[in-house]
Amino acid sequence: MAPSAAGLSDLAERPVPAGEASRSRPGVFDRETLQAWLLILPGLMLVVAFTHWPAVRTLLDSLYATPRGSRPAPFVGLANYQGLLDDPVFWQALRNNAIYAAATIPASVVLALVMALAVNQALPGRAMLRMAYFLPTMLPLIAVANIWLFFYTPDYGLFDQIVGLFGAGRHNWLGDAATALPAMIIVAVWKEAGFFMIFSLAALQTMPTDLREAAALEGASRIHFFRRVTLPLLMPTTLFVLVNAVINAFRVIDHVVVMTRGGPDNATTLLMYYIYETGFRFWDTSTAAALTMILLALLGATAWLQFGVFGRRIHYR
Amino acid sequence: MIRRRHVLAAGASLLAAPAVLRAQTVQKLTFYYPVAVGGPLAAIMDGYCKAYQQESGVAVEAVYAGDYSQALIKATTAIKAGTGPQFAVLLAAEMHSLQDQEILVSLDEIGLDADARKWLDGFYPAFLANSHAEGKTWSVPFQRSTAIFYYNKAAFAEAGLEPEKFPTTWADLGAAAEKLVKRDASGKVTRWGIKMAADLGNAQWTFGALANQAEHTLMNEAGTVVYFNHPKAIEAMAYWRGLATQYHATPEGISAWPQLPADFLEGNTAIIQHTTGNLTNLRDKASFPFGVAGLAGKASPHTVVGGGNIYFFKNASPAERQAALKFARWVSAPERAADWSIRTGYIATSPAAYDTPALKEYIAKFPAANVARTFLPVATGELSTFENQRVYKVLTDNIQACLNGTKSPGQAMADSQSEADRILRPFQKA
Repeated sequence: MAPSAAGLSDLAERPVPAGEASRSRPGVFDRETLQAWLLILPGLMLVVAFTHWPAVRTLLDSLYATPRGSRPAPFVGLANYQGLLDDPVFWQALRNNAIYAAATIPASVVLALVMALAVNQALPGRAMLRMAYFLPTMLPLIAVANIWLFFYTPDYGLFDQIVGLFGAGRHNWLGDAATALPAMIIVAVWKEAGFFMIFSLAALQTMPTDLREAAALEGASRIHFFRRVTLPLLMPTTLFVLVNAVINAFRVIDHVVVMTRGGPDNATTLLMYYIYETGFRFWDTSTAAALTMILLALLGATAWLQFGVFGRRIHYR
Repeated sequence: MIRRRHVLAAGASLLAAPAVLRAQTVQKLTFYYPVAVGGPLAAIMDGYCKAYQQESGVAVEAVYAGDYSQALIKATTAIKAGTGPQFAVLLAAEMHSLQDQEILVSLDEIGLDADARKWLDGFYPAFLANSHAEGKTWSVPFQRSTAIFYYNKAAFAEAGLEPEKFPTTWADLGAAAEKLVKRDASGKVTRWGIKMAADLGNAQWTFGALANQAEHTLMNEAGTVVYFNHPKAIEAMAYWRGLATQYHATPEGISAWPQLPADFLEGNTAIIQHTTGNLTNLRDKASFPFGVAGLAGKASPHTVVGGGNIYFFKNASPAERQAALKFARWVSAPERAADWSIRTGYIATSPAAYDTPALKEYIAKFPAANVARTFLPVATGELSTFENQRVYKVLTDNIQACLNGTKSPGQAMADSQSEADRILRPFQKA
């Protein structure tokens, strides 16, 4: 939010052309203001229709009981939220999602950076390597999850065959509550890292070469150069990537749907999957609305943290 | 549907009399159907629709909608959004839940003449068990099954078991499954004795069969009370868990439904419990001789019926409902039911289908196709309650916890009961 806020204040503080300064002070019905409103109207309508209004409706729905058939829904206040506090599956979904986010976000962002650095140098077959890293992004997650399903198949799946070569026994990767969530995390990291790599790579490519030459003249080591020059210049991109990684950690559940359906015994139930299940499998729409509000609050809080706290420390060129 | 009616009404006012006639004859119907087994079922379904269009002139679009739970979600979501199909094949056990959502229209309301009532009486009564509520009929049997065992005869012979004599009691089955386990020199299992599905959407079916094998029914007929913490239900759960802990015949943790046929064909397991609907698929793909047997039981064989029925939705116009019912009658006619049974393995829904020359000939050539039908008399209905999906989920979570060793069978069943009671309480008052 910080960048866009800065952009708006930029506009506001722009010096007004001399001829217009003499006109009456801007009012609500001022021609220019009206024109401005008209110009942003199409965008505003989309944002209101698809973002703000659904959020407000969700909030309202979460305060009513679920309508059953033709029976109307009574107002229940915070009862749906109260119900969630007593719901062990909700707490498990929250816990799972926390673990999932804590593992996938740093892993995919760091891996993306490492991969970007690797393919940013002159290497034979560099284009092929870049494509290989990017490949997971191009494949739809649903299709990919089905392939991973085979990788994780016990006994004769790819992973069990590989670990079998080293004498290890059978693993029921997805059927065992202990390994199911880590298995999901690995799929997510594999899927995300290549996508994030593209952004890091693009940022690396735009980095002026004279910085490297200057650093070389100064006799800076490669590690020092990376830490003091490359990394700070990559930070705006990394923040963007980080925001996306956080959103995806809560949003992308295709592989859960295909591979485990939240099982075994909710070991892989993520918050979004629980919303989907509550809303569309159980048709408990008001509980699903309450869950959605909690997810929204969570994402809002992390966005505020990222832009408000980290964003300020980042150097934008 | 409102949209369609508006369009038709507008057309009627423009073109007067001929258009009114057009509004009454439905040209196009859409229905959703699930596929829970392997094989080219979509192609078969499309073939029926094409044949029906040639015969009647009505275009019926069959939309493949995933497995049973996905099809349910897609159909209900589309209906609530006002763009749903006119009818759908959904899990027979969903009747109470669908009715509670007030989206179904009963066959009685669509209109049943004497001829139609005779047609309904022609189905196996076991397949209509999940169709009756409030004195009305809510669905038409279509792809119906029972749970059966598929077993690898080569593995039986190799383990020193009689391939033509499948065990009929729990104790014998456990012992046989234990013998069927094969290990390599390092002690690693290369072939399991038995596998049964415990993933969401299927665990309750497996368990329903096991409970019936202990001669226990899991719910009341009204679908408002469940009996999960009954000693017999706990015994059934303990037997399932015991296949891993006591007999070491099945892997720890859970096995997933879609994986079972692949495991069986790979020779990774000697026995699977699956639907009879997979028979033709396995017959076409198995590279070894395999047998089909009825499920065992604590004392004697018992099984569970399953599969999908055709439901009709309120959102269809009266003319569309009529047309949908007409198609349902056409597709469930003995010749089609026989054809469907031959090409999938599902049990043909009426005794009349078994009198058709095609099915008679097929059974004579391939006796395994008749096994599931002979177990209908010892089959119970699938677990069916209000808030069906929620109750399934609660039961499945606890079954999975038990199979993963985190809950004892008694604990798992007690927890399922208290959770299910909480879910069903509002329906018990009514």
